[in-house]
Amino acid sequence: MPESHVLLTAVAIERALARIAHEIAERNDNPPAVVLIGVQTGGVHLARRLSNLLEKISGHAVPVGSLDVSMHRDDLDGRPAPEIRPTSIPVDITGTTVVLVDDVLFSGRTTRAALDAMNDFGRPARVQLAVLVDRGHRELPIKADFVGKNVPTRRGEHINVRLREDGNEDQVCLERP
Amino acid sequence: MSWNRKHLLDIESLSPGEIVTVLDTAKAFKAVGERAIKKVPALRGKTVVNLFIEPSTRTRISFELAAMRLTADVINFSAEASSLKKGETLKDTARNLEAMNADVIIIRHSAAGAPHFLARFLGASVVNAGDGAHEHPTQALLDTFTIREKKGRIEGLKVTILGDILYSRVARSNIWALTKLGARVTLCGPPTLVPQVFKELGCEVTWDVNEAIRDADVINLLRIQHERQRRTTFPSLGEYTSLFGLNRARMAQAKDDVMIMHPGPINRGVEIDSEIADCGRSVILEQVTNGLAVRMAVLFLINGGKGPQEVGN
Repeated sequence: MPESHVLLTAVAIERALARIAHEIAERNDNPPAVVLIGVQTGGVHLARRLSNLLEKISGHAVPVGSLDVSMHRDDLDGRPAPEIRPTSIPVDITGTTVVLVDDVLFSGRTTRAALDAMNDFGRPARVQLAVLVDRGHRELPIKADFVGKNVPTRRGEHINVRLREDGNEDQVCLERP
Repeated sequence: MSWNRKHLLDIESLSPGEIVTVLDTAKAFKAVGERAIKKVPALRGKTVVNLFIEPSTRTRISFELAAMRLTADVINFSAEASSLKKGETLKDTARNLEAMNADVIIIRHSAAGAPHFLARFLGASVVNAGDGAHEHPTQALLDTFTIREKKGRIEGLKVTILGDILYSRVARSNIWALTKLGARVTLCGPPTLVPQVFKELGCEVTWDVNEAIRDADVINLLRIQHERQRRTTFPSLGEYTSLFGLNRARMAQAKDDVMIMHPGPINRGVEIDSEIADCGRSVILEQVTNGLAVRMAVLFLINGGKGPQEVGN
């Protein structure tokens, strides 16, 4: 029987995002130059939420974009061809501080692909990484700057992030096969 | 989302879902073509061979550029400058290309079924870039993409294909793609080039150009395929133009928002008047732009993880 247990409830997700938003504001004392880019698919909703939170903290709008990394992955022939979702970078990111937002940080390969994909759009002054869950097992030298929750996991386990934007109740679960 | 194929051999064997997957993927690749940096590394390290045994400029260049924009290495191979002239068989030529570790072989051939034949024994992916009068799948996909982009839908539209249907692979692939997606397809042209038997594919057939044009949402014009016709099928080009050519008088009877398409190369003054080809209702050049996006999507999808492999029937 697959086993599932809740890592973050709706309230915990909200608190974690609020804390991350404050940390982003604290780290980047020049907020107008911050651009949030959500990695498709999990990071886009989170980036939008962080943008709203940051706007309340700083008092001005923080641009938010989305990035699909399918075309930049290094494992195309290892999996069925992925569904490509929209990439939309609404502002010139050259010279800005880009905060990449993803739901789960695992091997680091998605983040690597996102860094490459972003290069095609401009040259940010800095790139930072915000994730809701860091589950370990990195295969590349990549580290998150802002983490909602660190969770020790086994490789075979699965982290399931459900968000209200997709019609679910906000919840993060750890699933064991 | 459904794509589990290693080859793209024809439209006939594709499901409506698979066609929509190509169109959706092409939309993403069209956006790549609009960026300052138009290249992505999806096929880095892959080798794509353009095996064109029949002359082509547009399709070959389009596939070549599509492969380059996906960072694949591309080799162009044309019949004139090849060992086929020295008596090598197609099978041996293809095997030699595969021995050089080609990952994708894009083939255009005058014989119907040539791509299916290669797919039966090659380990590489095969893409049909036109086989005789049989199919030209990427042309139908780009036509469908263009219609969907401009009209917002395919289902319920009336699409008229006007011209040489009998010898046209573009017509056959378009008929399959459009009927699978729910369009009503009307074929029109001289009776010798538009036999009634096409009704079996689920189309209307008419020899009356005014009737074909009157309530069409899309008119797709086809060139007369002189090179494929084995005997004279109509008295003269002049007569064809006067009976079936698209000119201002005929356009006046069409819907205001009718869209004019042509797979190229166009013969100005034969199947279409210059002023119509260059008017605001013609999307001929957008078809070329979309062709690149569709071919990128096809190369991307067939390089995805391989499921149960389809070799087409």
